[in-house]
Parts: sequence; C-alpha cells; structure tokens
Amino acid sequence: MVAIVETKDLKKVFEQGELKVNALRDIDLTIHKGEFVCLSGPSGSGKTTLLNMIGGLDTPSGGEITVDGEHVDKMQKAELAEMRLHKVGFVFQAYNLIPVLTAQENVEFVMQLQGMTKSERAEKSLAILDEVGLKGMEHRRPAELSGGQQQRVAVARAIVSGPALVLADEPTANLDSKTAENLLKMMRKMNEVHQVTFVISTHDPLVMSYAKRLIKLHDGLIVSDEAQ
Amino acid sequence: MSVRLLLLLAWRNLWRHPRRTIIMLAAISLGVWMMLFTAAFMQGMVEQQVQDTISNLTGHVQIHNPKYRDDPAIENSMDIGLSKLDRVLEDPEVKQLSTRVRLPAVIASERETRGVTLVGIRPQNEAGLSFIADSITSGRYLTSSSDNGVIIGKALAEKLETDLGKRIVIMSQDSDNQVADRGFRIVGIYRAELQGTELAYAFTGLDTARAMLKMGEQVSEVSLVSDERENLDSLANRLRNKFPDLEVMTWKELLPLLVASVELYDAILIFWYLIIFIAMSFGLVNTLLMAVFERTREIGLFQALGMSPRFIILQILVESLILLLIGLVVGNLLSWITVISLSGGINLAAFSQGMEWVQMGSMLVPLLYMKDIITSNLLVIVLGLFASLYPAVRAARAVPVDAITRS
Repeated sequence: MVAIVETKDLKKVFEQGELKVNALRDIDLTIHKGEFVCLSGPSGSGKTTLLNMIGGLDTPSGGEITVDGEHVDKMQKAELAEMRLHKVGFVFQAYNLIPVLTAQENVEFVMQLQGMTKSERAEKSLAILDEVGLKGMEHRRPAELSGGQQQRVAVARAIVSGPALVLADEPTANLDSKTAENLLKMMRKMNEVHQVTFVISTHDPLVMSYAKRLIKLHDGLIVSDEAQ
Repeated sequence: MSVRLLLLLAWRNLWRHPRRTIIMLAAISLGVWMMLFTAAFMQGMVEQQVQDTISNLTGHVQIHNPKYRDDPAIENSMDIGLSKLDRVLEDPEVKQLSTRVRLPAVIASERETRGVTLVGIRPQNEAGLSFIADSITSGRYLTSSSDNGVIIGKALAEKLETDLGKRIVIMSQDSDNQVADRGFRIVGIYRAELQGTELAYAFTGLDTARAMLKMGEQVSEVSLVSDERENLDSLANRLRNKFPDLEVMTWKELLPLLVASVELYDAILIFWYLIIFIAMSFGLVNTLLMAVFERTREIGLFQALGMSPRFIILQILVESLILLLIGLVVGNLLSWITVISLSGGINLAAFSQGMEWVQMGSMLVPLLYMKDIITSNLLVIVLGLFASLYPAVRAARAVPVDAITRS
C-alpha cells in the first residue's frame, strides 16, 4: 500500500511564557492511500495539532512529516501553500466557506487557484455538487445555506480537485445528528468511490463509528491505533 | 494565477460593508478633487501672472542696447533701422514685433505731477503683442506713429486729477541732455489688470516721442512674440548671432523672479498633493487594516486552501487599487466639472489689493492641465498601493493555524 502520510518522532511544544506544553510527543504514524482514519481523544489530546502539522498549517518542534513523499517539515511558507493547493483538501469545523462566493464558486476556488480552465471547473463543480446533493443550490451564498449544506460544499471543495488527502477537523461538531450522519455517509462514499484518503479529528462517537481505522490520542501520545 | 478570481474577490469584499467603502471612496474622490482644483487654481494664477507680465510690454523676446536694462536712459537707446527689423522678421518663429521708445519722464496736469514711463509706440504693431491696444475704456486708441495725442491709465488720470480731452505736459531728457517738454492732449484712457500698470505708462506715437526727444531713428527696445512661449532659446540664439552688438533676452531671462515663482508654485503643488495624500492614506490604510483584521479567519482559510502569500498580498492590493481607481475617476470628473463651470473666471475683486501685490488681476480662470492630472493620479495610485502594502503583507504573514483559530 502507498503511504500518503508518514510522521517520525513528530513533536510539538507550545510555549506560554515559562510554561511548556507538549502537544505532540514523538508521534510515529503512517496513513495509506484510501484510508478513512479518525483521530480521536479528549480536548487537548493533540488530535487537531496533529492534523494541522500534517496539513502544513503549523510547524513541528521536531521530527519529520512527509505527505505524498514530500517533506512538509522542511518547506517554506510558499511551498507549503503549493503543497496544500495540490495535495490536501481541508474541512473545518466552522468558517469553512468564503462568504462572498456562491456555493459553486467556493467549490471552484481551489481549481481556480490551480489554473484550471473555466469549462473544466464548471463541469467538475456541478458534478460534485450534484453528488453531494446540492444540485440547484449552486448560486447560493453560504449565508443562504444551512450548516449541513455548508459542510457539504466544504467537502465538495476539498475533494473536487482530487487531492491525495482530505483533512477534516471536527466536521460534524456544529451539525445535528441526522445532518452529521448524512455528511459522514457522503464522506465515506467519496472515500470508497474516489479512493480519497480522509483523516478526521473528532471526539464524536458517530464519526468514530464510520472510521475504518481509529487512532486514539492522549496527552500528545498515540495510545491506540486499531482497524475497524 | 487567476486574475478573474483576484478581481472577483476584491470587488465583492469591497461591497461587504458598502457604507465603509462609500465613505472611503468619498474621501479619495474629495482628496483628488482638492488636489486637482488647487492645481487648476494655481495654474490659473500662474498663467494669468505670466500672461499679464508678457502683455505688459514684455513680449516673448526683447532686443535692447546692452546698457539699457541697467540704465534706461536716452543715451542707451539703439539704432535699429528697417533693414535690421526685416532681418528679425525673416525668422520663421517671429510672429510679430514692435519697436518702442520707453523712457522715464515726468507728467504734469494743471494740479499734479508724477513720474511715469513715456512709451512711444507704433499703434498698429501693438495689437496682439501688448495689452494697450485692447485696453482703451474711453476716448480712442492711437492712430499712427505720428499721432500726437497721449493715452494714460485710469488710475493715473485720477491721480493727476485730469480727464479725457484735457491737456497735460510731459517732460524728459532729450538726446542733447536737455530737458524736453511738450504738451499733449489726452485722447484715450486705458484700464489694465493692475493698478500699478495704469500709473506707470503714458503712451504716444513713436515718431512723436522721437521727435520730442530728438532721437532720430533710435528706439529703446524691440519686443516680439513667437507662436511658442516656452521654448524660445533657439530663437533668441539666432537673434543673438544676427545682432552680436545688441542684448537679446527671452521673457524668462528678463523676469527671473516670475520664473522662480512659477517653479515655486510647482513645488508647492507637489507638497500640497503629498499633504492631501497623507491624510487620504490614513483612511485607506485604516480601511484595509480593518478589512484584514475582520477577515483574519478567512485569510487563514485561503492559506489552508493553498493560496500563496503573494496572491494574498495581491488580493489586498487589488482591493486598494479598485478603491483608488473609482475614487480617481470620481475625483477627476468632479474636478473637470468644477473647472468647466468656472471657465468664465472666479471674481476675486474682494482681494484685489492682495492680488495686485502678487502682480495679478482680480479675475482668475482655473486651468486644468494634463500634466497635473497625470501627476496627481500617478501619485495617488503609486503611493496608495505603497501604503496598502503594510496591511497586505500583514495579511500574508499570518500563520494559517493562528488565523483560522482566532476568535
């Protein structure tokens, strides 16, 4: 199996004055293409920090991370942006969409940054919006969509350009259980149909129930790593 | 890089807070209007000053005896016959010329006596060259070089307590160093832009003045105008080569103080532009910084989605550029409308004494020059974008994870 994410002795220390908090302690982890992984654990366990490190949104204090064979820990800011643009899709808990763009424009945003042609963008964005059940809502702005619909748009945007990896941080935290379940079903479908690798941080048991692999963290350490 | 995306985001972001954007646009427009209207006002002042001075017997180029300017006495006149004048007129850049006697004299009415400059002119040659032909407000203009009437200014007539049709006596020194005097009838009264001009000059026919002062064919000066007011050096040099014994000077050489004041006005304008721009830039930078602070999470999202720092900088700069361009268009339009509506002139009669002091008349026509439009517009765009770099770089330097998690 092809490794998409590899970390070795990954550390992150947050310094707050005299106080040092070890958010991640020597994390060794490999995630393969096509996996649907959940990172779980209580608040402060390091799951979001690990997700941010993998996505190059934050820099590690030590150790190595490779994403699709590239050393994220050695990249400059512009290189990290380039890596995220082509290899990583993100879904956040909130503030996921660009408020001045319509649903379709939000989905096309990454493709536009990648320089894809207008017709190609339109074809892909309309297809994916249809797939996530938002046909007919292409021209709505985020304020005109429900929370669940906004998360669907975010997922559509995250996967539409075919990234190696989708990182989702508490994607269901602001959704009711029914909407959350629909979103998870859709993400699993994307994983199975398009072979998109998902890494989701959560402490929601519902999300964990959808995971193919569940990694539990506590105080910055991996305490269990089990296939489901 | 998608230019369309840049423009789309910038445009829609600007209208997220329409009131704030409109206030900023109004500030930029007003600033540009102030820049351009001040420029037009000052250019109008400069143009009037230059025009008044040139038409006030200066012309574009003057030819004198080299000693005349230091001592404008009769012995420093020059003999410039018709053949020499023909040689001046041969030059294609010379549009018109006039020869004059211009000497200090004393003028006396039955009540008052004053010092003046007696100017003997060829009346037909002065039209279009100096102010006098178009300035007669009562009586008549001189008819020929041998006209023995005199024209004086309104202010001088009042000082002398005399009037049209009355006789005055003019005294000066003739070529034999004897006092020459002659009685003249006032045939015309003129008005000039400046009261000082009205007090300074008494005009009569050239031949009449020469006869009175026993000057023969001599004159005090040749004044000429060209089609081109600014670039007279080559014409002056050609005339210098033709008349090496005479002094040929352009109006800029004759009036260095005026030239210096014109240059000073230009420097003041740039300084004024900068003052207005600095006031404007505070608003601009503040607006953009507010936009950046408000959109910190969004900028974090942009970074997470792979937008490069350069693109983020460009996005803020494009927002600024759109604001500046709209503000410039409105400001330029307002300035143009203002200048057009004031093309009949601004009456500054209430300040006429102060205007007189700076050698200006009381009617000012604002002039909007392309060079001022280009300078002020370029200044606003270039410095505006420069000022916008701070909020733009600040946005690009945000750490994605901090930006996204900021509450």
